[in-house]
Amino acid sequence: MGMTFTQKILAAHAGLESVEAGQLIQAKLDIVLGNDITTPVAINEFTKAGFSDVFDKDKIAIVLDHFVPNKDIKAAEQSKQCRDFACAHCVSHFFDVGKMGIEHALLPEQGIVTAGDCIIGADSHTCTYGALGAFSTGVGSTDMAAGMATGKAWFKVPSALRFHLTGKLPANCSGKDVILSIIGKIGVDGALYKSMEFDGEGVASLTMDDRLCICNMAIEAGAKNGIFPVDDVTLAYLKGRSEREPVFYEADPDAVYDETYEIDLSQITPTVACPHLPENTHPASELGDIKIDQVVIGSCTNGRMEDMETAYRILNGKKIANGVRCIIIPATMQIMRECVERGYVTAFIDAGAVVSTPTCGPCLGGYMGILAAGERCVATTNRNFVGRMGHVESEVYLASPATAATSALTGYITAPKEEIA
Amino acid sequence: MNTHGKVFRYEDNVDTDVIIPARYLNTANAAELALHCMEDIDPEFVHKVQPGDVIVAGWNFGCGSSREHAPLVIKTCKTGCVIAKSFARIFYRNAINIGLPILECEAAANEIQAGDEVHVDFDTGIIRDVTTGKEYQAQPFPDFIQNIITKGGLLASLKEAQ
Repeated sequence: MGMTFTQKILAAHAGLESVEAGQLIQAKLDIVLGNDITTPVAINEFTKAGFSDVFDKDKIAIVLDHFVPNKDIKAAEQSKQCRDFACAHCVSHFFDVGKMGIEHALLPEQGIVTAGDCIIGADSHTCTYGALGAFSTGVGSTDMAAGMATGKAWFKVPSALRFHLTGKLPANCSGKDVILSIIGKIGVDGALYKSMEFDGEGVASLTMDDRLCICNMAIEAGAKNGIFPVDDVTLAYLKGRSEREPVFYEADPDAVYDETYEIDLSQITPTVACPHLPENTHPASELGDIKIDQVVIGSCTNGRMEDMETAYRILNGKKIANGVRCIIIPATMQIMRECVERGYVTAFIDAGAVVSTPTCGPCLGGYMGILAAGERCVATTNRNFVGRMGHVESEVYLASPATAATSALTGYITAPKEEIA
Repeated sequence: MNTHGKVFRYEDNVDTDVIIPARYLNTANAAELALHCMEDIDPEFVHKVQPGDVIVAGWNFGCGSSREHAPLVIKTCKTGCVIAKSFARIFYRNAINIGLPILECEAAANEIQAGDEVHVDFDTGIIRDVTTGKEYQAQPFPDFIQNIITKGGLLASLKEAQ
């Protein structure tokens, strides 16, 4: 029986000829990742269990991104604990303020993750790197501790859902609209324990930023991982970037899928997930007059360069609506610098937005844009659960950068016009 | 191993943001975090929960963030176990890895009501609703996972294997 793309990578990392869905395996890890929230718990477990050395200082990445620059004294203590551990173990991929970015934008950008890798990260959005043709999944802190100590993790080999993409996205849509549409269709546990494997001739028209965004939100359908085939777009992205030689795998022609979904990209429309679940999706154009108080453009889902370009095209020379607070957060320092160089930051400020250095802050209701009771936010982030961005009576609407920027100008949830985006 | 206590009941898709809101994640101290367990879905939970009590919920319990703080606060509140129709996969791993007993059982999750008194035997997977007298059989764990549970969590089992 043929293997899926994910199963091929897992078999290779488990040293097995083949694997099948449901099989329990031990796989070698290429990168073990943690952030300033999850790494302290992992360090405590690592120490408590009596481990003294990490398996490979070059295969661990620790990124301070959730609450930095430190939002308070406790956050500062957690960052310090990560910093001290990284220093004591000579962790080569340690990213502190000034070098850091939001982890899932930073690791691909810096070439730390690449095609063919097997990666775990103590952050649920670690599934992002499937866009590069890697197996990558989120785990908890104890798995991170075990990974740092042994270089291995246990997995139950997943079965897969296949998403066969055809056509080309309309100009006012991006990867975010694709993944929101899919989650709306299959639900927040529609891919539970499974892989989401994308293929078909529609893949070629999706940029790497689209693919990273789509895989990023695979977890929002409950998936173990999302994965895109390696093509010219992947090769162009990895060239001169990967610090290790990429390895190219592909699904067997006779791979078995639990289900195949046909997705015609040309039929995708600007999509919004309404409170309080990412599956509660509606076409942006059909939402009527929903007045908003805040817009957030950023996060591991949509803080990349193309997202900033989209925001710039829509906001440049315009004014944010009265009564709307617009917060724009480029996801890495490289993206931030590019935004400065290209004059985007000036344009954002002139439009009435604020621009922050990279942080996950508002997405998880940490800091930098907390909502009061009754307030509504259109965000390019990934979750709209109760209380996610502040008060339990606040509301988060998930949307693309084009929809978020357009809504910032009108003050209501508004679908982007084709000609602007 | 077993637990015996009263039931707290929740619906589908209980996410880790309501189990332990991110605004409290500036500490890894379990006792401090546990003061806010279930705060955004049930502010009374921490005041009412007694050692051995049981959380019963619907599909996809623990969805969302990978924060291990979520099973950790439930365990630190001395909750005896969580019974759900299904668990989000990272929560499932985390619960096993830190030694919070969890059981998948659709029938039990459908029928057991808030406030019922239940007895749960983890070795057999039998859930008994003492209030109604009904019994349910939960899905057994694969041996590999049972071994992690028996050894007291993932790191303890790895250390022993070394």
